[in-house]
Amino acid sequence: MSESAAGSSLAGTSGRSVSPALHHQFEDIEQQREAGNFGMWVFLATEMLFFSGVFTGYIIYRSLYYSGFAAGSHVLEVDLGAAMTAVLLASSFTMAMAVHAARQGNRAMLLGFLSSTIILGIAFLGMKFTEYFHKWHEQLVPGLNFHPAVDALRGAPEHTVELFMCFYFFMTGLHALHMIIGIGLLGVMAILAWRGKISAEHYNRVEVSGLYWHFVDIIWIYLFPLLYLIGGRYK
Amino acid sequence: MSTAIAEVPVESRMHYLNASYGIKSWLFTTDHKRIALLYLGSITLMFFIGGAAAVMMRLHLIEPAGALVQPETYNKLFTMHGVIMVFFFLVPSIPATLGNFLVPMMIGARDLAFPRLNLLSWYVYITGGAITLYALISGGVDTGWTFYAPLSTHYVTTHVIATSLGVFINGFSSILTGLNFIVTIHKMRAPGMTWKRMPLFLWSMYATSVIFVLATPVIAIAMVLIGAERLLHVGIFDPAIGGDPVLFQHLFWFYSHPVVYIMILPGMGVVSELVTCFAKKKPFGYIFIAYSSLAIAMISFFVWGHHMFVSSQSVYAGFIFSALSFAVAIPSAIKVFNWTATLYKGSISYQAPMLYALGFIGLFTMGGLTGLFLASLATDVHLHDTYFVIAHFHYIMVGGAVMAYLGGIHFWWPKITGRLYHDGWARLAALVIFVGFNLTFFPQYMLGYLGMPRRYAVYPAEFQVLNVLSSAGASILGMGYLIPFVYLLWSIRYGPVAGSNPWGAKGLEWETPSPPPTDNFEETPRITEEPYGYAEPEHAHV
Repeated sequence: MSESAAGSSLAGTSGRSVSPALHHQFEDIEQQREAGNFGMWVFLATEMLFFSGVFTGYIIYRSLYYSGFAAGSHVLEVDLGAAMTAVLLASSFTMAMAVHAARQGNRAMLLGFLSSTIILGIAFLGMKFTEYFHKWHEQLVPGLNFHPAVDALRGAPEHTVELFMCFYFFMTGLHALHMIIGIGLLGVMAILAWRGKISAEHYNRVEVSGLYWHFVDIIWIYLFPLLYLIGGRYK
Repeated sequence: MSTAIAEVPVESRMHYLNASYGIKSWLFTTDHKRIALLYLGSITLMFFIGGAAAVMMRLHLIEPAGALVQPETYNKLFTMHGVIMVFFFLVPSIPATLGNFLVPMMIGARDLAFPRLNLLSWYVYITGGAITLYALISGGVDTGWTFYAPLSTHYVTTHVIATSLGVFINGFSSILTGLNFIVTIHKMRAPGMTWKRMPLFLWSMYATSVIFVLATPVIAIAMVLIGAERLLHVGIFDPAIGGDPVLFQHLFWFYSHPVVYIMILPGMGVVSELVTCFAKKKPFGYIFIAYSSLAIAMISFFVWGHHMFVSSQSVYAGFIFSALSFAVAIPSAIKVFNWTATLYKGSISYQAPMLYALGFIGLFTMGGLTGLFLASLATDVHLHDTYFVIAHFHYIMVGGAVMAYLGGIHFWWPKITGRLYHDGWARLAALVIFVGFNLTFFPQYMLGYLGMPRRYAVYPAEFQVLNVLSSAGASILGMGYLIPFVYLLWSIRYGPVAGSNPWGAKGLEWETPSPPPTDNFEETPRITEEPYGYAEPEHAHV
């Protein structure tokens, strides 16, 4: 509210060309765009360190309890994981295309690519929760329902497999949470695009959302091999 | 408070305090100056709550067997003191108040890059604070502010989850503030405001922000893991079921050591401004002071292991962490020497902010040098977890950070409110605080050296004299903190009008009226000269 008031009082004093999309604290739209992009990069640096804690924990416990982590990796559904990876990579492509469309000012194309990104994101989450559901049935949810079948343990101590499942749920859950936030963000972008609020001059918000989306994809690119592939499955 | 100013006819000019009225104009403001004041009010409240816990601890420790509370309550008191003072007072203290107020003004911008995020950060802070206060009031926590596992995850029955949730949420307010400052300093500088023309306060704010952004997420994840382990009874940190408690200490100190520099770096920035202004001299070695802030921020990420010399960390890791901890002393010493050299042949005036700055230099040096005792592998074995550690970090955090915070508040108070406080009272308060502080914490160095462990509700009778001295000092210190609270509030209504530059200071913030207009400057300033042009003959800037 004070933003709009301040913006109008200032327009007279500095003689800038005032676009309605320009926030009062910036001199011009280019400065606003750069600030937005740079802000997202800084935020992603925070995010990286946020995930680093669990990655560190994973690496330490994997070196301590290799057999447990190998057994844990075997109970995950690698085909489903691979399909999820493919879906997510496809969504990264549609996201990149959406940013391209926004830069071109092509509203129809933007809406199309935004909604396909959202649909792919939801598909990913659907598969993720299917896998969670399976793990519940196989009694592999640490803390709440952990009574694994003997052959699932492959001779490893039960608590080490539980620790692996802990990290599995924690890391993928954190990732899924970021996906949900990302889908919400893209939903907002789609509504803005629908209302014609995104133009070739002012497409910055789509670009920034795209950065976030790609970051969440990259996290998965590390999670997939760490959790699904490195259990010595293909020896 | 805004009505009080409006009553005075001299102040009929529009500024950020009288631009709009009513509670909503404050709760929904996106003006960085108003948000700074929102923070100022909230952290002052937290300071007095955390201080109350300290008062009760010091009263309790007057007698060897404990004079006031049950040992269990004592544990909750020191936890409450630590959690509130660290996360809810010291971390936001200078950045969220003075930083919020000054970062845009010092670079000649109208506001921070993301004003709404800035407001959000305050609401996040309030939410985190409310949850933590709820936990502390409804039964308390007794893990210490360090939340060490497996004590925090399996043994205590107090409100660990709620407290760690509060700390977790509060972390995001730090992250948002840091992010905002970094982007603002990179992208919003006025024409001609090059990096090397920035005031030294901004360099320290920038370094602090980098730590905010890179360290805070790690404590956030550590708090989530503690909560998850308590909730689900899985063994992430509990050694009984395969977890590694030292991993928690690594995650915790990866944040909590850099956070020490979050507390002290802004203080160093404030002191750099105060020393140059009250010595009326360019800072000696501007670029060294500026880069030493960045150096401290960088090295601060690689010293966390010195908290774990006695926690089964490998001896070789201990060597490295010890050497790196010594390395942090170098940029810190550069600052101290440069401030001292700035004073040399300056025309020094001892107004209240300067007294705080001089107090800072002395106390920080004491605290820093005793830190070297703790960074040495051999002496740390003797001093670890004793009152020596308590005294060391209180010299840094209270003698350093709080002194600088109060000095900064006194220095920029006329800019923030447009009013002058009573200088005599302010000098008296600075003196009382300095005396009270030393009497409180110097005996604790001796207690620690003699072997009194921290966090105990009782102690052997031979330590009583020093403990009583410390408690006596605490009562003086407490009085010292109350005095500014009174005369600063008084000055808002009755203080003389300050004018735009009461100290004859250099810097963009002093070239705009006090209190500043909502957009900070009548028109975007253009910077054509180097900072701190004190050596040249005085010319009127207003």
